[in-house]
Amino acid sequence: MIAGWINSCYESIRNWWVACGIPLVWLDIIRAILLGIVLAIIVVVAVLILTYVERKVAGHFQSRMGPMRVGWHGLLQPIADAIKLIQKEDIVPEKADYWVFTLAPFVVFVPVMMVLVVIPFGDHLIVQDLNIGILYIFAVSGIGVVAILMGGWASNNKWSLLGAMRSVSQMVSYELPLILSVLGVVILAGTMSMGGIVEAQRKMWFIVYQPLGFIIYLFAATAEVNRVPFDLPEAEQEIVAGYNTEYSGMKFAMFYLAEYANMFIVSMIGATLFLGGWQGPLLPSPVWFLIKTGAMVFILLWFRWTFPRFRVDQLMDFGWKVLLPFAFINLLVTALVVII
Amino acid sequence: MTGLETEEILSAIVFYLLSGVVVGSSILVITLRNIFRSALFLLLAFFATAGLFITLDAEFIAAVQVLIYVGAIGVLILFAIMLTRRIQDPVAKSTTRSFILGAFVSAAFLFFLILILGKIYLPPFPETGADTEGITKGIGRMLLTYYLLPFEVVSVLLVGALIGAVVIARKEEARGGEPPEVALERERKDREITDSKPDGNGLEQNDRKH
Repeated sequence: MIAGWINSCYESIRNWWVACGIPLVWLDIIRAILLGIVLAIIVVVAVLILTYVERKVAGHFQSRMGPMRVGWHGLLQPIADAIKLIQKEDIVPEKADYWVFTLAPFVVFVPVMMVLVVIPFGDHLIVQDLNIGILYIFAVSGIGVVAILMGGWASNNKWSLLGAMRSVSQMVSYELPLILSVLGVVILAGTMSMGGIVEAQRKMWFIVYQPLGFIIYLFAATAEVNRVPFDLPEAEQEIVAGYNTEYSGMKFAMFYLAEYANMFIVSMIGATLFLGGWQGPLLPSPVWFLIKTGAMVFILLWFRWTFPRFRVDQLMDFGWKVLLPFAFINLLVTALVVII
Repeated sequence: MTGLETEEILSAIVFYLLSGVVVGSSILVITLRNIFRSALFLLLAFFATAGLFITLDAEFIAAVQVLIYVGAIGVLILFAIMLTRRIQDPVAKSTTRSFILGAFVSAAFLFFLILILGKIYLPPFPETGADTEGITKGIGRMLLTYYLLPFEVVSVLLVGALIGAVVIARKEEARGGEPPEVALERERKDREITDSKPDGNGLEQNDRKH
């Protein structure tokens, strides 16, 4: 419905554009820029809501109320926080590598924006349904690791460096089970395109055929976004705040934004791959997609406020000796079943 | 100016921009003295190469380029730099001085590259851009049929490299020395003793011992 309306709008603009005699390439460029702005707005709004939800959920998990003072039940709290962050002084440590230090918060945002391009938000509501959708997602999310290394190294601070090293070793280790768990879905759907995978779940959600894959995805994804119980890179008691220890003001806000955006993205990918994406009865498709993403986000929040943190050796053991073998078994069984 | 012309000009601009980034950052990789920045420019060169693949409609190759070169090899290089001894030096300097040898090797490489490129037959580009589903499927099929043997040889080579790395990492134990767990335990005890006189940076203590 929404997609139809947007498409008819686009069609009429396009006809007018052709009538004016301007090359269509320019229209494509303008369209791309507009879509980029829309996606950026979606990210910022989602993160604002997410910080509020996280604090509320955390509060209720701990028998508190959470933020209550700004607005009705603290609804305006994220806006107050954002204004506070913007006003903060931007400090660069004297002995930091200035350019790398300054660029890192921007680089961390590159994969966030790039991944959103292939997420199907609803029926036909997808910016570009690439044929290599899932491969593309994993390829570009590797850039986030580089940004964390940049921030950790350039800060010239031992906590930052330790945090960055922990973060990268963890993300590299858990990327394997993550990709393997998703490959099961790719085999079942017979395509890597995100739209195609949603289409393949018209009869039944893939979580039914891939329960093990879903669980592995959930753990590996939690580790990928550095959340409890896998939050060693930011373990407050040990290394202050990890790779973003030296950051302040807007640069810190960028890291913070990217972190929450990544959590949101991981949930959206999970909802698309295992929970049938935007499909559902009665309600419009974007609403269904939001509900499923919200459920995934809630699981991540639930993890955070109920589990204690892993030790480093437990973390590596769990990744390499538990998740990886199970992911291989899952993949093998799926492939065998599909062949038979 | 017709639409087609504009499109051609734009794609030429994109091509030269990307090529400029590849060439420029490659030069920076070998000239910069700050090794961490060199590595970052190497990643930029890899990334821009992926962009060039996209202009050729080879999206699958582009994604694999980013996945393997930026995501895996690049991160590994950065990680290796972080694990070097001079970790506290904010501008870890590259100490390579063998300019003549390097120039000779690259000249030889260029010579053979031109020689080979002159010999092989490159099929002309198809009129329409190849569709990516076809590329992915085609590469998969070729790897598991026609190129099965090279594919398996490469796999065995990689497994060999992996095992070799493990053997080197555990050399102490193989030589009859203490296994890593014992070494770690001993280091931890040493640290407890040295920790009593803090000297500003906890990382130094590890360095001095090796």
